[in-house]
Amino acid sequence: MNFVLLLSYLIGSVTFIVGLKMLSHPDKARNGNLIAAVGMLIAIVATIFLYHDESGARLHNYGWIFSGLIIGTVIGTATAKKVKMTAMPEMVSLFNGMGGACAMLISIVEFNHLYGKYSSVFANGTEWQQGKGSLVIILLGLIIGSVSFAGSIIAWGKLNGSIKDKRIPAGQALNFILLGGIVVLSVLLFTGSPAMAPLFFYAVLLLSLLYGILFVMPIGGADMPVVISLLNSFTGVAAACGGFLYNNPVMLTGGILVGSAGTILTILMCKAMNRSLKNVLIGAIGAASGNAGAGNGKEQGNYKEISVNDSAVLMAYARKVFIIPGYGLAVAQAQHACHELEKLLEEKGVEVKYGIHPVAGRMPGHMNVLLAEADVPYEKLLEMEEANSEFPTTNVVLILGANDVVNPAAKEDPASPIYGMPILEVEQAEHIIVNKRSMKPGYAGIENDLFFKPKTSMLFGDAKKVLQELVAELKSL
Amino acid sequence: MDQFMDFFALHYDKITIVILSVFLGIEIIGRVPSVLHTPLMSGANAIHGVVVIGAIIIMGQAEPDNYMALVLGFLAVVLGTLNVVGGFVVTDRMLEMFRKKKAPPKP
Repeated sequence: MNFVLLLSYLIGSVTFIVGLKMLSHPDKARNGNLIAAVGMLIAIVATIFLYHDESGARLHNYGWIFSGLIIGTVIGTATAKKVKMTAMPEMVSLFNGMGGACAMLISIVEFNHLYGKYSSVFANGTEWQQGKGSLVIILLGLIIGSVSFAGSIIAWGKLNGSIKDKRIPAGQALNFILLGGIVVLSVLLFTGSPAMAPLFFYAVLLLSLLYGILFVMPIGGADMPVVISLLNSFTGVAAACGGFLYNNPVMLTGGILVGSAGTILTILMCKAMNRSLKNVLIGAIGAASGNAGAGNGKEQGNYKEISVNDSAVLMAYARKVFIIPGYGLAVAQAQHACHELEKLLEEKGVEVKYGIHPVAGRMPGHMNVLLAEADVPYEKLLEMEEANSEFPTTNVVLILGANDVVNPAAKEDPASPIYGMPILEVEQAEHIIVNKRSMKPGYAGIENDLFFKPKTSMLFGDAKKVLQELVAELKSL
Repeated sequence: MDQFMDFFALHYDKITIVILSVFLGIEIIGRVPSVLHTPLMSGANAIHGVVVIGAIIIMGQAEPDNYMALVLGFLAVVLGTLNVVGGFVVTDRMLEMFRKKKAPPKP
């Protein structure tokens, strides 16, 4: 390969490593992203103009390549600029699906290329045998890419609400059958008659797409981040398959880096929720909740409601107020109203802080992004440990659409499905106001004892509407 | 078995890169505050868009009369570019907000 091209690929690989590294430090993250983007640009431009195959033939079809790049850039920039901050997770999922689809298409074209090359010499079949090394990679790219594509599209649909959670009867068994089918067909592709190869190949494609759909379908909305992160690493591996195929070091390092980093990130997310990846994928909590909720049905006692007016007074005359934002706040897009409330309280001399659970919101870290969008200062966002040490000196805790992350059962009840998950220990504060839409249990589907404690008052309603009413009340005080 | 040995010998350098990259990826992500999980995932998402290079190669090698390769390759370039560009822009938007609120002290 051309020296400049190889050098560009080396630069690309290094920027990806440096970029990812910098992305894990808050103050360097943005530059890290830019560095990786520049490296990507160098690698892409170098490929277009400098790539040639073994025989020295350069690329052609520039018209097609550039129109593809331009269309992708225009649409990509426009959607990415327009998307609302609350819709970030589904956006990431959608873009991830595009990458998976790209890997899938590459495999299809390469298979046809390989098959076309060898179909003319079937007489002895030796050429087909020699092609099998590449065929392994092509097939891997196809399976992983299409699972990632189909799964990401389902995840995207679920997060934006157009696809509802569905439990497929015998879904687990069906998934195993599909996986078995993919394996059997792949083996047949290698051992069977070459004439049948395309049939087996496209059957694998079909089953992989179906598997991707069924694999994500039963997983609950709150677990979607974990799934997206997992699919993200899948696409990384699919991209690396392309690297193997084209002997392309930058695709190889980029893909594998994302594959392994994505896997670690997935595990970190699971840890923060105190769940195993297996549980997330099989949806153990979702399944158990129905039984637990109906089965033990123990009397929880009464909860008490509080009016908007009383809540406003309570907070206005407090010294320190903690706001615990959760999934409900993200769904209601109430981050701006929340910031307004915080400003008003500060004007009245109340110290306001936010307690952020690692898995609050729709993705780990998502809550920070949302509140940042509403201009909440960084120093006000306290991570769980810090927040927990401040609750004993807090007068009022306002919980906005969070549930499982403040459920004391995680500490007290070994039988609870969320037992062992670190929580925000809000019951140490003087008063607790819980804003929820109804008494319906949270994602884990379990009752929350906190709501029935004498210190706790419930403030029902949509987070945004309630916050606006609170702001209005505070202004009139 | 022979095929496997041949494959291993032929691709020894790439296999080495793969294994080292796996460890590198684990090391890099090992210590990341949970605040940055979403942007990090998004950034990684953009990086695997490097798959677009494969699409460009396909597109550039397709014979002008091979319409299937042309159409699929073109689609792959568009989708791959969406992944790269969309991924980086979304990540930048997220991180921009982290920075903005750090710089000016609250009035």
